Amino acid sequence: MASTAAAARYVGQSVKRLEDPRLVTGHGRYVDDIMLPGMLHVAFGRSDLARATITHLDTSAAEALDGVHAVFTGVDLNSYNDSLRASLHPPESPAPPANMLADGDVRFVGDPYVMVVAESRYIAEDALDLVEAEFEPLDPVVDYETAAESDNHVHPELGGNLAHDLPVPNPAQQEAFESAAHIITETWHQHRQTNVPMETRGIVASWQPHAGVMEVWASTQSPHEMQLVGARVLGIGEHKMVVHFGDVGGGFGQKMFLGREDMAVLVAAKLLAAPLKWIEDRRENLLASNHARIEQMTVSMAVDEDGNFLAADLDQLEDDGAYPLGGPATPGAMATMLYPGPYRMGPVSWRARTVYTNTCGRGAYRGPWQMESVAREQMIDRVAREIGMDPLELRRRNVLKPDDLPYQVSTGLFFETTISPDQTLEQAAEMIGYDDFRAEQAKAREQGRYLGLGMALYIEPTSMGMGPLGTESAMLRVEVDGHVNVFMGTGSHGQSLETTIAQLVADELGVRPEDVTLHQGHGSGYGFGTGGSRSAVIAGSAARAAASGVRDKVVAIAAHLMEASADDLEVADGVISVKGTPAASMTMAQVAATAYQNSDALPPGTEAGLEHTARYKAPPSTHSNACHICTCELDPDTGKVTLLRYVVSEDCGVLINPMVVDGQIAGGVVQGIGGVLYEHCVYDESGNPLASTFLDYLVPTAAEVPDLETGHVVVPSDTPGGHKGTGEGGAIGAPPAVFNAVADALAPFGVYPNRQPLDPNAVLGLIASASD
Amino acid sequence: MADQIPLSMTVNGRTRRGTGEPRLTLADFLREQAQCTGVHLGCEHGVCGSCTVLMDGEAVRSCLLFAVQAEGADITTVEGLAPDDETLHPVQEAFRDCHGLQCGFCTPGFVVSVAAFLEANPDPSDAEIRHGIAGNLCRCTGYQGIVAATRQAAAVMRGGE
Repeated sequence: MASTAAAARYVGQSVKRLEDPRLVTGHGRYVDDIMLPGMLHVAFGRSDLARATITHLDTSAAEALDGVHAVFTGVDLNSYNDSLRASLHPPESPAPPANMLADGDVRFVGDPYVMVVAESRYIAEDALDLVEAEFEPLDPVVDYETAAESDNHVHPELGGNLAHDLPVPNPAQQEAFESAAHIITETWHQHRQTNVPMETRGIVASWQPHAGVMEVWASTQSPHEMQLVGARVLGIGEHKMVVHFGDVGGGFGQKMFLGREDMAVLVAAKLLAAPLKWIEDRRENLLASNHARIEQMTVSMAVDEDGNFLAADLDQLEDDGAYPLGGPATPGAMATMLYPGPYRMGPVSWRARTVYTNTCGRGAYRGPWQMESVAREQMIDRVAREIGMDPLELRRRNVLKPDDLPYQVSTGLFFETTISPDQTLEQAAEMIGYDDFRAEQAKAREQGRYLGLGMALYIEPTSMGMGPLGTESAMLRVEVDGHVNVFMGTGSHGQSLETTIAQLVADELGVRPEDVTLHQGHGSGYGFGTGGSRSAVIAGSAARAAASGVRDKVVAIAAHLMEASADDLEVADGVISVKGTPAASMTMAQVAATAYQNSDALPPGTEAGLEHTARYKAPPSTHSNACHICTCELDPDTGKVTLLRYVVSEDCGVLINPMVVDGQIAGGVVQGIGGVLYEHCVYDESGNPLASTFLDYLVPTAAEVPDLETGHVVVPSDTPGGHKGTGEGGAIGAPPAVFNAVADALAPFGVYPNRQPLDPNAVLGLIASASD
Repeated sequence: MADQIPLSMTVNGRTRRGTGEPRLTLADFLREQAQCTGVHLGCEHGVCGSCTVLMDGEAVRSCLLFAVQAEGADITTVEGLAPDDETLHPVQEAFRDCHGLQCGFCTPGFVVSVAAFLEANPDPSDAEIRHGIAGNLCRCTGYQGIVAATRQAAAVMRGGE
């Protein structure tokens, strides 16, 4: 059927969000807003010790408290433990260490070992005080740098603390090192941070006996992961696991997978046949949800006399904590594989190791392998300093340019021709006024003021198309009144998908965005959910294809009813009209009413109804790229760093909604700023977490962040809409940009930082080390 | 269990009665007994500001108050700001216009805080805005849209006087 593609009326516009009227008036529906008749409340008792044997556990007094319905320990729940693995871990892969409740021993501060179910959260917490538990402390493994050698084992059943060791030597790298003019080596350290969604984790689970149905409301990024894993844990069919998706208050990776607590609540809800609610409190979230970015990479880079990169050797070590959320991951392998980034880097050797420690488990946090950009971009500034070259010039010399594309990276990545790192580098340099700043900086230094500039250029594989991540589906239905319902496997938790999917459908189908409603969770087709910068490309392409299928049918029906040629029709804003003769028209509602309620009037052979389902399979990855540049002033007396300006030039291909893209970038950037300058999950030597409130874990406020300036380079990708993912990028580019700015401001002191956070103490320490 | 104490206060213009132990927080009373689930709990220790409501016109953290402390008070939550079901308060409209929210969880607290801030300071500078909203945490927006929304709302509210 011929059907002229609709002109882009809404894609590319900063359409106001369809989500907002309910959210700005307090009428969102988050998981804690679900209140069911007879609902009971869950509180977990958690270990205060990093590593200890449980020598005595008596819950009888807690059970006897008025209002308590049940108290569970590991003995009660852990028989369900065989099936806790996340969907990303295939059944044949080694079982990750996991249980719902600690049983016999505790392995980090925050490890849940008892679960109370009571008539209110107040009573549940009262009951926790009545649980009698005694512990025999053991020496904990806190320092991940020495964990692999420790005789103390986090998981005794594994016989050691090394979770992964992946060495990938490359003889060409070693050869290149032998004749290089410069070989520069540094170990870059990131520090322990956490996602901090403003809504903590939470779940409501209601078991329906005899029906055999578990009905769930969850704060999740992936309702289908909740459905699949929950069904497996409970031993019920996936069709019996009904997951409702409401509003979700952020996640940044933390809500992609089920936590041990989620699974415990599901099992307990079935055992008690009562609706249960667990809402994590902030202390639990800071201590026991997931941490991230506890890693270091030792980098050696070989450079010739003109500053051309020749080769690199990488050694990455990451802390998985005790129970990594979503299972033990290998982001280190990704970080090393991605290290070459948007440069001609030459051959690379690498090794990636992950270790277990008696600390909160690692989990995905926005750009889970951004260590590749952190280490590379900080290294490039370091190389520039060592060889006496301007860092912008050094990047210009080595960045991939259009003539280099497509480009096969030595580590196995392949960059298509639709990337634009050199363009974003130049646009950002222009936006910040690079030369003017250098002049201003030189003048300031003469006056005893310390200004710095940092930049970071990266390329990010978004919308990765392998395994469970590879596809998304859209089931689209024009209802009898002409309104469009789209059912998708996404899990929008701030990404504005209700609006951006509506924009895509509006253009493709020929309606207005407000005529389109996105439904997620129960009733949608399988999809991995929202994360990994994947929704615009993968889910968006599915929505587009579903809309296109329905549009063909709309045009065919309208042509028949209007006795016009389908080729002469156009569809826009819910009206089908003859081109050039707008008076000859009918509405989407009229077509829909015919399709459902007067099907005898349809063209011969046309199936009744107006619906179409499409599933999109993504290519291996769709690369977006960006350049961040920021400037700062450092106060040598207090160690305080003030960011002066912050610019981002990015290429996410065709922008669906520029306002939303800028918002994603800004959020990621401020998380990166927070990570480098303020946020730190501190543990003492005994494995005690010291940042258990927002007074200790410093999330940036409006007072700490500068105005952000965003520029866009638009090179469409080869995917149907020309989009590229952009959700994580801000948090990838910001840490090395901020770090490099501080390092630059410190240059007059002759010191060079190699670890975060760069809080006032660290900055003063660096300055003091210079005068030693 | 401690004694249940009768509670009565005005919430968004209506008298709401209930009961609770002395330790029942104002936030939990508003959420569970007054249907104001727009009052969000992000930290329960008075830092994030998500639970901010107006008590007798003053912005307060409802997680740090007991319900009994609000006995007889006049409470306005985020649900009580819009004049009717079809119209947004200028602060709410500005948050939508300026993309001052993403996940929306911190938003009710921000909206109430900004409304109170602009009542007290109708023509703030950008620095005053940043300082004025620094008592609320947002993890999604990087505050760019929130600062812009506060600026817009200030102008609209001044113009409406």
